Amino acid sequence: MADEKPNAEAYWAANLRLIAGCLVVWALVSYGCAILLRPLLAGIPVGGTDLGFWFAQQGSILTFIGIIFFYAWKMNRLDKKFGLGE
Amino acid sequence: MSQFAINVLFVGASFALYIGIAIWAKAGSTKDFYVAGGGVHPITNGMAIGADWMSAASFISMAGLIAAGGYANSTFLMGWTGGYVLLATLLAPYLRKFGKFTVPEFIGDRFYSKKARLVAVICLIVASVTYVIGQMAGAGVAFSRFLEVDATMGLIIAAIVVFFYSVLGGMKGITYTQVAQYCVLITAYTIPAVFISLELTGNPLPPLGLFSEHDGSGMPLLAKLNEVITELGFNEYTADVDNKLNMVLFTLSLMIGTAGLPHVIIRFFTVPKVADARWSAGWALVFIALLYLTAPAVASMARLNLMTTIYPDGPTAEPIQYDERPNWVREWEVTGLIQYEDKNDDGRIQLYNDTEAFAPTAEQRGWAGNELEVNRDILVLANPEIANLPGWVIGLIAAGGLAAALSTAAGLLLAISSAISHDLIKGSINPNISEKGELLAARISMSVAIIVATYLGANPPGFAAQVVALAFGIAGASLFPALMMGIFSKRVNNKGAIAGMLTGLVFTLVYIFVYKGWFFIPGTNNLADIPANWVLGISPLSIGAVGAIINFAVAFSISKATAAPPQEIQDLVESVRYPKGAGMAADH
Repeated sequence: MADEKPNAEAYWAANLRLIAGCLVVWALVSYGCAILLRPLLAGIPVGGTDLGFWFAQQGSILTFIGIIFFYAWKMNRLDKKFGLGE
Repeated sequence: MSQFAINVLFVGASFALYIGIAIWAKAGSTKDFYVAGGGVHPITNGMAIGADWMSAASFISMAGLIAAGGYANSTFLMGWTGGYVLLATLLAPYLRKFGKFTVPEFIGDRFYSKKARLVAVICLIVASVTYVIGQMAGAGVAFSRFLEVDATMGLIIAAIVVFFYSVLGGMKGITYTQVAQYCVLITAYTIPAVFISLELTGNPLPPLGLFSEHDGSGMPLLAKLNEVITELGFNEYTADVDNKLNMVLFTLSLMIGTAGLPHVIIRFFTVPKVADARWSAGWALVFIALLYLTAPAVASMARLNLMTTIYPDGPTAEPIQYDERPNWVREWEVTGLIQYEDKNDDGRIQLYNDTEAFAPTAEQRGWAGNELEVNRDILVLANPEIANLPGWVIGLIAAGGLAAALSTAAGLLLAISSAISHDLIKGSINPNISEKGELLAARISMSVAIIVATYLGANPPGFAAQVVALAFGIAGASLFPALMMGIFSKRVNNKGAIAGMLTGLVFTLVYIFVYKGWFFIPGTNNLADIPANWVLGISPLSIGAVGAIINFAVAFSISKATAAPPQEIQDLVESVRYPKGAGMAADH
């Protein structure tokens, strides 16, 4: 019981770092590549249009799926590592 | 067999299936009614979330809006999928650990206040009823076409079907029915898309077809589409937008709304373990993405098909004669959702963008205005007909569209009824209410919500997907920040949360009502809903994101100025953060 508290704190800190990383990627593909940075990607052609358009209509959705599975997988390992799973 | 008979057969058969499943899994106790006994596998749950999530807005309306707006309306695609990342990382696992029935219950307990719970009930009801208005509008369009009646009659039929469908079953019936509905709706959506993609590009996978070469011209499909529509005065389909601020805020609004909508969140209460809540979010997005990756292909291909139907010899040649119009135009005219007016009396159909810039060209060609008004909500439903696909595909899409509208309407009505019966009546007005009384109250509140939504659905404040987007803004501005702060901050207290939710909700609603009409009653708006009138170019559809920022700011500053939450609440927040011990919480 005595060492449970710092353990829990480390678990939560690791979780917060992981969430921050996931959300950076999340924002980068959608708000970044698909919207604000689209003019910068205009030179990269994809099927009759540019990379920004692809990110807006397909790329961001595919990345979102990847992020969630990555997070779920990482968190399962954290749960086990810290012994805080079910 | 006539098309009408085929439609009735497909819709009838799919309904028989859902009702069969609902009877087989009839809700027994109140707990079954709300959360299906907590024993649903992540993949099954993901599929059910998919059906719950993809409503008339996704199925019927979204591709039509993308077809009309092109790149600018990609916001719907990103917004309605990106929210799942927020759900998986910020909300779902912790709310599952908390282990209660409803969203207001969490807010009430975390902010140790009945008032907070009541405010959450109000936010939930406003957002959900707005959402149901959009569903009703979409289902009305579908019924009016397939039963060949006018749009108002279609809406009334939709209301009656939704009534019987939701009021009789509970969550358990709904979970398994929704798995069936997911299968029906995804098949219905993808089959016509595969046919059309093959026809236009030779590629059987629509998402790849979208970026392939157009058969016949040898140009990329999107380049061909750009060429055709710019000849008729429209903007390029792939054109970038100037107002990036609005685009960012709109996408953000849809994302946080996704994470804040109660009918999706309560889905995560039904998984056995905290880890399953994370996997469920992932699987849900996989199943949702099957439709969302197909939708942009459907949008661009349907737009191109529509243009080639009207201009068979190319956009610079004469359009078709009205008397020779295809059958689908005739049939949709019955519903009033396609309207033709021969402005230059030449007997042909001129479909073009009636702008000042295009006026010289139009005059030169002897055109006196755009003559064909096509309601955007019909595009997906009319798509198989526009592409001349066989009758059974048309029957299938009818069944799919109705599955989408009904499953979401049922999920939302469940969220509304549980908020009223469980949070409002049992939680504060009459804690001693019997189980039977609670179920009765749940059913009465569903009925009232249906009546209000049908009344307002007759003159909806926008196309189905736009109405739904308003609901997202409302949920995102009010509930999402409260839930997130409840988990990630121990410092936010009852006063801060209540003030935050109220300011977020009121700010967002007022901004919407000013442009869309007070309480969505047509004609009561103070300013016309056009970009020139929007503050800083922010549309009423995007304002939810601003509302959410205000909500966070108000909640933090008021909490800072008042006392910290009591120790037991801080312990509660602590416990929600760790999956350990979640099994016990579920038995509660």
